[in-house]
Amino acid sequence: MVYLTRRYRFAASHRLHSDGLTEERNRQVYGKCNNPYGHGHNYVLEVTVAGPVEPSTGMVYDLVKLDGIVQREVLERFDHTYLNLDVETFRHVVPTTENLCVEVFRLLDDKLREGATRPVPSLARVRLEETSSNYFEYAGGKELPRGR
Amino acid sequence: MIYLTRRAEFSASHFYHNPDLSPEENRRIFGKCNNPHGHGHNYTLEVTVAGEIDPTTGMVLDLKDLKKLLEQEVLELMDHRFLNKEVPVFTKTIPTTENIAIQVWKLLAPKLSFGRLHRIRLYETPDLFVDYYGD
Repeated sequence: MVYLTRRYRFAASHRLHSDGLTEERNRQVYGKCNNPYGHGHNYVLEVTVAGPVEPSTGMVYDLVKLDGIVQREVLERFDHTYLNLDVETFRHVVPTTENLCVEVFRLLDDKLREGATRPVPSLARVRLEETSSNYFEYAGGKELPRGR
Repeated sequence: MIYLTRRAEFSASHFYHNPDLSPEENRRIFGKCNNPHGHGHNYTLEVTVAGEIDPTTGMVLDLKDLKKLLEQEVLELMDHRFLNKEVPVFTKTIPTTENIAIQVWKLLAPKLSFGRLHRIRLYETPDLFVDYYGD
């Protein structure tokens, strides 16, 4: 099993505000992130694919294909958008980076398998960096592999 | 289950010396790091907490709380300190990056009131880091 990670970047704005909380509670919970006009981040996305090295190509996964999928499914959907208004999912779900990370995993998981050679590589992890001080990782609900 | 990592930086000095070994042995094992006057690093600490996303807030925990905990428990104790002299645990334990990571785990694990501590990663320099998972 070899793990392959590719890094991508996109910029987007969001506002953290939950319809399930009062105005006052929203301000307490989210602080500055609750400002009504939103604010932006340069997100750094890492997509990790795991699988055996295919003997005929020497590769785990075709990077050109991976780039195409991430471009269509993630970057075109999120880059230079206001997540709360421009992305259907986040009209009713708070676009925290936790939720965005899970959404990116969901969007990529099925697409990666389409037309893949056997054995099918799996999406091992999505890592989403919101700022240089914090990042989130999601492995489809599984334990994260150690040492990465 | 989602994993959240918060990064913090601190600067400290240390030197490596085992009083049970001869001066020659200490110099052989620890090399330049045995200089008794110490030397410093800019450490980068990464604390990873695992938890479930709260459906109402969309968050695992409040990042401000984690930041505050790191400042109170780790940075106040170690930032701008000579670890061997000023941090009690390191008067008896050699303040290697391995031991500092373990100590950070011990400081944070009992104080964490949200999620589950998953990993302490401590960079001594950008090219060297250790990971500790509490076992």
